[in-house]
Amino acid sequence: MTTLALTGQSTPGGLLLALAVLLPFAGMLAGLAPGGRHAQRVAWATIVLGIGIVLEIAARLLVSGDALRYALGGWAPPLGVVLRADGLSVCMMLVVAVVVGAVAIYANGDFGTPPGTREARAPLAFWLLLLAVWGALNLVFVSGDIFTLYVALELLTFAGVPLVSLDGRAETLQAALRYLLYALIGSMLYLLGVFLLYGAYGTLDIALLAGRIGPGPLAWTAVALMTAGMLAKTALFPLHLWLPPAHAGAPAAASALLSALVVKGSWFVVVRLWVDVFGGMVGGSVAQLLAGLGAMAILFGNVVALRQVRLKLLIAYSTVAQIGYLFLLFPLAAQHESTRAVTGGLLQAISHASAKAAMFLAAGLIYSTLGHDRLADLRGAARALPMTLTAFALAGATLIGLPPSGGFLAKWLLMSAALATGQWWWALVMLLGGLLTSVYVFMVVVRAMEPAAPGWSPKKQVPRYQQFAVLGLATCSFLLGLAVLLPVDVAQIGRTVIPQAGMP
Amino acid sequence: MNVSQLFGLTAAALVGLGVYGLIVNPQPLRKVLAFNLTGNGVFLACAVIAHRGAGAGMSGDPVPQALLITAIVVSFAASALAVGLMLRRFAETGTNSLAAADDAAPGEARTNAEAR
Amino acid sequence: MISAISVGIGILLLALALWTVVVRDTFAAVAGFIPYGLLLTLAWLVLRAVDVALTEAAIGAGLTGALLIRAASRLHPTETAAQAETPGLATRVAAGVAATAVAVVIALCLLRLPDPAPTLAPEVARHIQATGVGNPITAVLLSFRAIDTLLEAIVLLFGVVGVWSLAPDRCWGGRPGLAQAVGPNDILVYLARVLPPIGVVIGIYIFWVGADHPGGKFQGATVIAAMWLLVMMSGLRDAPPVSRRWLRAVLILGPAVFIALGLLGAVMAGAFLAYPDGWAKLWIIIIEAALLPSLAVTLVLLLIGPPQRPEVSP
Repeated sequence: MTTLALTGQSTPGGLLLALAVLLPFAGMLAGLAPGGRHAQRVAWATIVLGIGIVLEIAARLLVSGDALRYALGGWAPPLGVVLRADGLSVCMMLVVAVVVGAVAIYANGDFGTPPGTREARAPLAFWLLLLAVWGALNLVFVSGDIFTLYVALELLTFAGVPLVSLDGRAETLQAALRYLLYALIGSMLYLLGVFLLYGAYGTLDIALLAGRIGPGPLAWTAVALMTAGMLAKTALFPLHLWLPPAHAGAPAAASALLSALVVKGSWFVVVRLWVDVFGGMVGGSVAQLLAGLGAMAILFGNVVALRQVRLKLLIAYSTVAQIGYLFLLFPLAAQHESTRAVTGGLLQAISHASAKAAMFLAAGLIYSTLGHDRLADLRGAARALPMTLTAFALAGATLIGLPPSGGFLAKWLLMSAALATGQWWWALVMLLGGLLTSVYVFMVVVRAMEPAAPGWSPKKQVPRYQQFAVLGLATCSFLLGLAVLLPVDVAQIGRTVIPQAGMP
Repeated sequence: MNVSQLFGLTAAALVGLGVYGLIVNPQPLRKVLAFNLTGNGVFLACAVIAHRGAGAGMSGDPVPQALLITAIVVSFAASALAVGLMLRRFAETGTNSLAAADDAAPGEARTNAEAR
Repeated sequence: MISAISVGIGILLLALALWTVVVRDTFAAVAGFIPYGLLLTLAWLVLRAVDVALTEAAIGAGLTGALLIRAASRLHPTETAAQAETPGLATRVAAGVAATAVAVVIALCLLRLPDPAPTLAPEVARHIQATGVGNPITAVLLSFRAIDTLLEAIVLLFGVVGVWSLAPDRCWGGRPGLAQAVGPNDILVYLARVLPPIGVVIGIYIFWVGADHPGGKFQGATVIAAMWLLVMMSGLRDAPPVSRRWLRAVLILGPAVFIALGLLGAVMAGAFLAYPDGWAKLWIIIIEAALLPSLAVTLVLLLIGPPQRPEVSP
């Protein structure tokens, strides 16, 4: 039983998929040429238009109940390249659009071109890179061709690395260099997998590959290479070493983009490959290995986060841990409980994206107000920034998994899938992770709520709109659990039935 | 053994050498060199695949060759970005090492760096 | 039956690669990389991938080699510190094991590729008439998989933005690279006066002929970029400041025209990046002609790096 979207026809409105990818890039071009303050205005216009396009795509998806498909150039695969948006793609595109919008509102304060200068380096670079990240991510989500996916990953890397070193300090340059090296190795391994698949099956199209692929050494090597490459880019334990200094060293708005969005791109590629291409071909033991690494990431990341001295590093290690949750879905999806597992994983990705972005932005505001982000001296922050600390608490609640947040619903789905397939140990890991996360979230909030030293005043008055943006984002992540009330399981739209191939 | 097999083995060996160089050489510029070697090994594998796909009057399958051109150009851009980072870091600190000594201990305050 | 040349190329490639990895001096390693790149070009020719050979010679060996040499010479003061950092025996053994494992797995895979090999050559042959070009690789790059070429141009642009973002704040808007001090009677100056016109013609020829024969805009753009680099290196002309409008306009021209024609194709031919019947070759030529200067400028900017001299405002 294959869906309509596999029959090779472009669906009406498919052009929107191409526009969703190209609009941010066109915005980059339009922002680079005049430069200066215009870059920010162009970025704003692009964001507004882009959100509109993504909403339209989502509406069409829900109305048609099937994936959207677009054959670029009018050429059908295997010769041409197809863009394809199913429920998974659209959910990710929506969260990316929302987070980009919120970060843009926040960054208005930090990255506005100072009056009196025609053009400054960091603001221009930031606005261009913001659009770059957005376009690259949209391409990752809608690409239906594994080589175009490689180009999308390279775009994402080139957009993410300069964000790390945006302030030009020596530590961030080193962190950016390390990130770039890890990311390039990842892309190269992935590319080798692409070539092996083409050499074996003669096509680069995801839908066609899913039909032609079968167990064999070439396919297994391709799975191993492509997954390993993506693990390096997603910073799954033990390849996580580049992430904490990179995400903690970047400016707050850039950290939000990197932690919330950029790492989700490479994770999404793994999901797309395992769920759509390799399907039932991958053995259970490999999936257990992947989830095992995820479990170690959860435990290791949370424990190290507890020992941090600075807030931004704590949040970065928390990202290392939360990425582990994203990989728990694989052994659960390999069997007939796949709907719950995939939806749970998707929800985890979405909630983490919005919550982590809110957390990093909140940390940025705290730093601006206090002049530092040492955890031991957070007193007075809550009094000075009540909305921001509320946002931090809400975001933390999502990461812990408290109802009604998206994190709660995600963990609920994953745990019930784990228990239903008899893999109770993953549920245990998730509970333990939630416990550890709650320790450091409470610690931060409690310390911030202590009254300030007498005579202390904020270093800088942060504008209200920045606090509103952060609170809005955190509230979104906190209320995502209400998605359970949606009448349709959006993540399943456009999914094909996984052929139950016998395991080798 | 035919040409495809010969260069297939060469490609595999190049990838292996590149991986070795990446892990063993601690210095970033040598790592970039090793990355280029790995990349070239991957590209050689693709050229082997293209060569095996000769037919219909063409001396090789044009699709992998087109992919190769794209990949070579992207790889150059990646090297350029890496070199840019290295040179900038050298200009700032006078070092070019990824050793952990450069990672500031978490407790050290960033003195006048304004975190945005 | 393989010729001695192929075996020779294979052996030399591996020997040079080993040299590059193992030798202690960084400059020696980079110096080994360039003949390695040229040998790779020969390997592409033996495998009958002529367009790829051109691209490898131009960008893979030429530009990448120039980039790495520049880096090695600028980073020379760190050489002693670099040579002092030697990995331990455990690292070497682990790396050796990992490398051997990877190489063996890949070799087995490449030897087990299916026979007859699946190929898209017949598909390309069937549809190449509609594209109006004779070179099948150009047809794939600019018609069947045009999106990859568009994205590639955008990747290069991302690279320029990334490299520019590495400028020191006070130098923003200024000129990339350091000022060249070359005597007026230097041979470099002579070459920079004589070669560029010839080089530009050759570059445009390579681009033009790429429609039906091996060649194309990447290779042509690299030759033109090399000419401009020569002019800059000899000190005849200085690098333009990055704040110049014309520089930015040329940078975005290629991708902008590509996207615009793609959208026009969506209106006129029913799909983004589709070409109306009979007009395909003209549109492809327009796109390539717009991409040629953009690519040349982009490649030069990637090579010379971020602004390093503040622009003294008049």
